[in-house]
Amino acid sequence: MSEEEKLIVVPGEEIPAKEVEVKGGQGVYKKDDKYFAATPGLVVLSEEKAVFMPLESIYIPKPGDVVIGMVISTGTTYWILDIKAPYTAFLSYQELLSKRFNPGTALLSLYLKEGDYVIGKISSFDRSRNPTITLRGSDKFGKIIDGTVVEVKPISVPRIIGRKGSMLNLLVQASNCDMVVGMNGRVYVKCENRDMENVVALALKKIEAETHTSGLTDRIRSFLEDHIRGVKK
Amino acid sequence: MKKLLNIKLIGEDGKRHDGRTPEEMRPVKMEVGVLYNADGSALVEVGRTRILAAVYGPREPVQKYMVLPDRAILRVRYHMAPFSTSDRKSPAPSRREIELSKVIRESLEPIVMSELYPRTLIDVFIEVLQADGGTRTAGVTAASLALADAGIAMKDLVAGVAVGKVEGTIVLDLDEVEDMYGEADMPVAMAPNLGLITLFQLNGVFTPEEMETAIKMAEKGILHLNEMQREVLRAKYSNVVG
Repeated sequence: MSEEEKLIVVPGEEIPAKEVEVKGGQGVYKKDDKYFAATPGLVVLSEEKAVFMPLESIYIPKPGDVVIGMVISTGTTYWILDIKAPYTAFLSYQELLSKRFNPGTALLSLYLKEGDYVIGKISSFDRSRNPTITLRGSDKFGKIIDGTVVEVKPISVPRIIGRKGSMLNLLVQASNCDMVVGMNGRVYVKCENRDMENVVALALKKIEAETHTSGLTDRIRSFLEDHIRGVKK
Repeated sequence: MKKLLNIKLIGEDGKRHDGRTPEEMRPVKMEVGVLYNADGSALVEVGRTRILAAVYGPREPVQKYMVLPDRAILRVRYHMAPFSTSDRKSPAPSRREIELSKVIRESLEPIVMSELYPRTLIDVFIEVLQADGGTRTAGVTAASLALADAGIAMKDLVAGVAVGKVEGTIVLDLDEVEDMYGEADMPVAMAPNLGLITLFQLNGVFTPEEMETAIKMAEKGILHLNEMQREVLRAKYSNVVG
């Protein structure tokens, strides 16, 4: 640990290392065998290796990402979802309804209307086509009918999950809530009561504000202890 | 128009009308993340010139016909607030503002890695709150800070400064008076780490020797601005290290 050196780089600055591991895959470019930062980032230098963590980023969908989308428009056979990315996502009616559904006679807005949140998975995305969403693969996928959706910066998502899911486990165990973290920076929280959901939402906002600081797990643990006591009273 | 003013722009001691030496810039102040609703924002002050820049996107454009299949489009709007000048400026975009929007866009395009965000639109709004010369160059400086604040991938930061000729002397960072009554005005913007000049205009006449001095002077000023830009961005994350 003592060998590590931390430095903040901004666009155009060289990262003084031969190999750079880029967390999240964005924010570094290579020119003449040298690495340069393209976004503000934190570089952790150790012997022979450098790890770049972006401090600002834009959510770019990836196939396999679990995301929480919001319906922004309804077509005759599909919904368009906002997933907090530069691209809107496409959700086919077949993902939600049986194949016997006749789009000529029924209205899709009876099932999902504008403003509804949906948990799903990105099934395909490339540079030429907008992402598509599938609702198959988990019983957590589908329309959100209760609970709270908390919006955070996508850059905070890895921290909310934590190393091997440690932070998320802490939140779930302390509050006894049901949680789904969307990679696009929306978190679904469902608890026994509204107060508990608010506590978790505050904890998430605290993680968002202190994303890149160390010792955060301990601070969140004591934050939850302090506030959950108040809820159960 | 030239001899309307009776004060001398360069005094006997070689100092300019506001007390600066020819190579001296006006005091510069920079701030990032000043707007909550924008994805990225910056406020840049150069003397009495004050510029606010806001960046939105990359996002899906409302008019789908404008997208490019292989990269993001950059849409820059340079605008002077009606209260930014001593005489009220009509808020409608003027010929000058449309031109400046174009040259500022072209000064940012080489550094924004727009190929990472195909079929999207990046909006850059540059609002002049107070104008006292050098608004386009301060606009470039602010826009590049706001883009970095938004997390849009960029190869470098750009900054700009004007060089000019006032009563035969080459001076750095002209203000309104020097711009109006001087002989030449040359705004320059550079991306120092890439070694690129991304904005270059000249109003007036320079001899080849004067041009050489002017570009060197601009480069010095831009390196100073670039240093400040990096510092102000780094300061935003001061709680991260340590």
